[in-house]
Amino acid sequence: MLLRVEDLHKRYGKEEVLKGVSFSLEKGETKVIIGPSGTGKSTLLRCINRLTEPDRGRVWLEDVEITSPKVNINRIRAQIGFVFQDFNLFTHLTALDNVRLGLIRVKGMSKKEATARAMEELARVGLADKANAYPAELSGGQQQRVSIARALAMDPKLILFDEPTSALDPELIGEVLAVMEDLAKSGMTMLVVTHEMGFARTVADEIIFMEKGVIVEQGPPEQIFSSPKQPRTAEFLRRITDLYGGAR
Amino acid sequence: MNLFFSWSWLPKLAQGLLLTLELTGLSMALGAVLGLILAILRIYGRGPLYPAYLLASGYVHLFRGTPLLVQLMTIYYALPTVGVRFSPFVAGILALTLNTAAYQAEYFRGAIQSVRAGQMQAALALGLSRLQAIRHVVLPQALRLVIPPWSNELIYMVKGSAVVYLIGVLELMGQAKNIAARTFRNFEVYIVVALFYLALIFLLTLILRWVERRTRIPGLGTAGRL
Repeated sequence: MLLRVEDLHKRYGKEEVLKGVSFSLEKGETKVIIGPSGTGKSTLLRCINRLTEPDRGRVWLEDVEITSPKVNINRIRAQIGFVFQDFNLFTHLTALDNVRLGLIRVKGMSKKEATARAMEELARVGLADKANAYPAELSGGQQQRVSIARALAMDPKLILFDEPTSALDPELIGEVLAVMEDLAKSGMTMLVVTHEMGFARTVADEIIFMEKGVIVEQGPPEQIFSSPKQPRTAEFLRRITDLYGGAR
Repeated sequence: MNLFFSWSWLPKLAQGLLLTLELTGLSMALGAVLGLILAILRIYGRGPLYPAYLLASGYVHLFRGTPLLVQLMTIYYALPTVGVRFSPFVAGILALTLNTAAYQAEYFRGAIQSVRAGQMQAALALGLSRLQAIRHVVLPQALRLVIPPWSNELIYMVKGSAVVYLIGVLELMGQAKNIAARTFRNFEVYIVVALFYLALIFLLTLILRWVERRTRIPGLGTAGRL
C-alpha cells in the first residue's frame, strides 16, 4: 500500500471539516475525490502532506508515518507532489527555474543535471519551448502544466491534485486534463479532487464521494456513476450533471 | 539685497556632502539588515521563536514611537553616564541605523506579507524548509515590492541624517552651519545647501527607478504584484 489515511480529523474553530476520513491508495492507482464544495476535500489533501496539520488521525506513506512528530516533513513533502488550484508558480522565476528550484535546493542536483531533468518534464507537458517564459507570460493552462512538471520533476511517489482545473477558462481545461490522463496511464499514483466528472469517469480507478467531512461512498466509477448505493451520491451526481452538462 | 556666493565654500560643502552620503549609506545598509531580521521575526516568530517576536515588536514600537532626535541625544549624551561612550560619528551612525531599522522593518513586513500565501505553500510542498522558502521564494519577490517604500525611506534618511550636526558631526548641514556662522551669508549658504540636497535626492531617485525597472518581473504590471 502506498498511502494509508486513517481516521483523519480537522476542525477550524467550531466547524469540524474532517470527521474521521479513512482510505488507502495502491501504487499506480488514480483515485478521484468528488463532492460538494466545503466538504473538506481540499483540507483532506492538505492534511496528507501536512500543509495543514490534522487534529487527529494518521497518515502513512509506504511504511513511514507522516503524521508522526518525529518525521522530517520536508523530506516527506519532497516525495509527494502537490498541484494547486491556482497553480502557485513562483512568479519571479521562469518556467525552467520553477521546475529546477526543488531539484537544486531539495534534491541537491547540480545546475546542469537539474536543467536536463527539468527540460525533460517541460517537454512531457508540451512546454519545452516556454522554458524561459515567466508565469505571468503564460496562459492559465500553461501555468498549470508547468506546475505539474514542477511536481513530476521531483520523482514523487504520488501526486495530489487540488481542483487543478477549477481556476481555468473552459477552453484551457482540456490541455491540463490530457496531461493528467497521460500521467495516470503512465502509472503515476494520483489523488485528484475535481469537479470534472468526465475525467473522473474515464481515468479514475476508484471514486470517493465525500460530503460534510466524511466519505459517503467509494467504488469503481461504473458503480458510482451508474448505480450509486447512497441516495446522497445520486443526488449530488444529478445536480452536478445539471450544472456542468453530462460527463464527456 | 545683493546675493553673494563664494567658490571657497565648495570644498567644505563637498566634504559635508561626502559625510552625508556615508552616514546615509551606512545606516541604510545596516538598517536594512537589521530591519529584514526584525520583519522576519515579526512575521514568522511563532512557537519557540515567540519571545523573539515580542522583542522585535517591542523594538519597532520603541524606535518608531520616539523622535530620532531623542534617540540621538540618548545615545550621545545619556549613555556616557552609564559608561558607554561613542565618537560623534559612531553615535550618529548608531542612532540613524537603529531608527531606520524600525521603519524598514515595517516596509519589509508589508512587502513580505503582500507576497501571496500560495507561494510559501508551493515552496513547502516541494520539500523546501521554511527558511529556504523565505530565502528563495518569498524574499526575492518581497524585495522587489519593497523598492518604492524603501526609496521613500532613503530620501527621508538623506535629509534626516542632518540632525547629527547637533552632536558635532560636520556633514552637509554641519558644514553649512559653520560657513553661515563665519560669513553671515545665511540666505545664500542655505540655498546652496538646499540645492545640494535636492540634486543628491534627484540622483538617488533616478538610480532607484532604474533598479526597479531592471528587477521588474516580465509579464507583470508592477514588480511582483499579480
